[in-house]
Amino acid sequence: METLVNEKQITTAKKTMSGAEAVICSLLAEGVETIFGYPGGAIMPIYDALYDYMDQVNHILVRHEQGAMHAAQGFARVRKEVGVVFATSGPGATNLITGIADAHTDSTPIVCITGQVPSSLLGTDAFQETDVIGISMPVTKWNHQITDAREIPEIIAKAFYIAKSGRPGPVVIDITKDAQFASMEFEYQKCSKIRTYHPVPKIKEEQLQQAASLINKSERPFLLVGQGILISEAQDILRSFIEKANIPAAWTILGLSALENSHPLNVGMLGMHGNYAPNLLTNECDVLIAVGMRFDDRVTGDLTKYARQAKVIHIDIDPSEIDKNVKADVPLIGDAKQVLEALLPLVSKKRHGPWLKRFKDLHKIEVEKVITPALYPQTPGILMGEVIRHISEATKGEAIIVTDVGQHQMVTSRYYNFKHPHSNVTSGGLGTMGFALPAAMGAKVGMPERPVVAIIGDGGFQMTLQELGTIFQYEIPVKIVILNNGFLGMVRQWQQMFFERRYSFTEMKNPDFIAIAGGFSIQGQKVSDRKHLVAAVKEMLGHPAAYLLEVVVEKEENVFPMIPSGAAVDDIRME
Amino acid sequence: MNKTKIEEEVTADNQELRSFNLSILTENKSGLLNAVTIIFTRRKINIESINVSETEVEGVSRYTIVIKTTREQVDKVVKRIRKLIDVFWAFVYESDEIFYQEIALYKVPTKVFLNGEKAEHLVRNNGARILVIEEDFIIIEKTGHQNETKDLLEKLKPYGVLEFVRSGRIAMSKSMRGTELFLQELHNHY
Repeated sequence: METLVNEKQITTAKKTMSGAEAVICSLLAEGVETIFGYPGGAIMPIYDALYDYMDQVNHILVRHEQGAMHAAQGFARVRKEVGVVFATSGPGATNLITGIADAHTDSTPIVCITGQVPSSLLGTDAFQETDVIGISMPVTKWNHQITDAREIPEIIAKAFYIAKSGRPGPVVIDITKDAQFASMEFEYQKCSKIRTYHPVPKIKEEQLQQAASLINKSERPFLLVGQGILISEAQDILRSFIEKANIPAAWTILGLSALENSHPLNVGMLGMHGNYAPNLLTNECDVLIAVGMRFDDRVTGDLTKYARQAKVIHIDIDPSEIDKNVKADVPLIGDAKQVLEALLPLVSKKRHGPWLKRFKDLHKIEVEKVITPALYPQTPGILMGEVIRHISEATKGEAIIVTDVGQHQMVTSRYYNFKHPHSNVTSGGLGTMGFALPAAMGAKVGMPERPVVAIIGDGGFQMTLQELGTIFQYEIPVKIVILNNGFLGMVRQWQQMFFERRYSFTEMKNPDFIAIAGGFSIQGQKVSDRKHLVAAVKEMLGHPAAYLLEVVVEKEENVFPMIPSGAAVDDIRME
Repeated sequence: MNKTKIEEEVTADNQELRSFNLSILTENKSGLLNAVTIIFTRRKINIESINVSETEVEGVSRYTIVIKTTREQVDKVVKRIRKLIDVFWAFVYESDEIFYQEIALYKVPTKVFLNGEKAEHLVRNNGARILVIEEDFIIIEKTGHQNETKDLLEKLKPYGVLEFVRSGRIAMSKSMRGTELFLQELHNHY
């Protein structure tokens, strides 16, 4: 964030151009190389201007605006850059909303530019007019409507600054068609300051001292890794910090990959389908250090029974997260990296031998009861865990893994062994089915040199499968794995456990996925027998182009451990 | 695991429903009112009264919003409001921490004042004043707290009140510090 503020301000000489061209030039001034979008009436001047800049910016024509949003999200997460989306007014803009809400919940920096009907028609229910500002307001970090072309550079500069700085988030800029056509004097200046906005709060020395003192006195400290670590690039300082004081660290689903899975102090995943030890020991630790996470209900379960014995140190850049769900004994408001850097010299070296052994002992129980049977099953049908194990082994933990929402998402988060940060892309907070296919596409566009594997359920795949068309057109070599159990598996699991097996509308009659992929000239194969699995994974990864692997898995497998909805973290069930 | 007695008392105090006055300094930007109010909508908090006006600093607006909720909720809400990009700062006050007023207008038939002096006494004794006199009706104006303006309404009712309107609350803190100085301090803090 600091670098943004100190970055040399880019200015260009004044030039007369249309508002539409000013949009493109503003994006170029922000260093944008990729745009995901879909044209339509109200954004046609911008697309027309884009025609002259095709050699400078890569525009990817998606098949549905929701796909553009998720693609931009995937791109933004792996590249650590602002994702850019174009859409037209009315339905084009409303189709973005799910993705915008997803980016808002998961703090992903996106700038969406939507076309709008001419300003003279605003409020007249004109063709394809919708109140985009009103509709997107609850799910954006900021939004603004431009009716005057002269505003374009300044507002776009502001949009990028807001989207990226502090706690990132999506921004919508709605531009009326007359403003796109109007002529203006273009001059660009990057934004580094807004008088009402202070994205990176100063760290309070007193709170640092209090936190250090609590950590130094602690016998059973426990650290929670959230996405804030990845956003502030604090993964290295995090490692030094936990290693110095020997603090076990567990992660939220969005904090996954900040700390390599093989690290001895990585004790696993938090929450509803997280690991046994970190959930159970949340209620035994004496100091809980939460970094860049927001105590989501899927992490905490019943708040009245969550870590009541512990002193809580909550490190977050967003002051509104402090005391929102869990009361902080010591709030530390600031950028995660800056806070950990300031805290590191203040904490003493510790061993915490017996405490770490508690995690190891409990983990052994989980390995025996849950993990081994999931990864090396004896069942007739293939289990999801073994598929993930094979993908993890075959990619050596080097891939970017993109997951959708549901059972496969939990299984993948639990069993893929990540080696590098920014390698896990998923819809964490909003839980948007249909996220993975377009997000994987965006991630692959952002990181063409890394393997990108999308792991998706049969339900979620059918929500956005139109993006196979985009993958086909732009030859994006993304690997797609469908774990097909013929059910909306997570809902079915809940129906089995909490609704007396009343499987109300969760079973699906699925199409021939390989034939569908074939329609887009995407090769694939279907595996239902364990003995073909390893070879199929190998073939997929070795294939030079996009590839679809459908794995037929056990129809009624449940994901364990599980903290039933509303139960306490230490009520975690192994079966 | 067990909560102490003090903790229990604090919790009870935090969960009691009462009136809070929010005073929010913002940029003068269209659409911002919506951004502020949806924060309440989402939590199903009803706004008791709202007033927006420019402050003594050009381009800076002040929202005064009265809501009925718990201390715990208002503390969360006020942090959310501060998070809005175009908001400088939001304060939360209980009613004894501020000076506040509301203004009420009452429209009564002119003939009421022609039939004896009772109505005129009511105006005089309640610190109200006559704003306009038309041939058919008179508009009376009174500033005061809600109970006071409502009290006059009840007293005027027997004479026939054609229309009654009351403004949102406006309030000032008990601090000597002006808006400009506060914004300067806020700026220096970051």
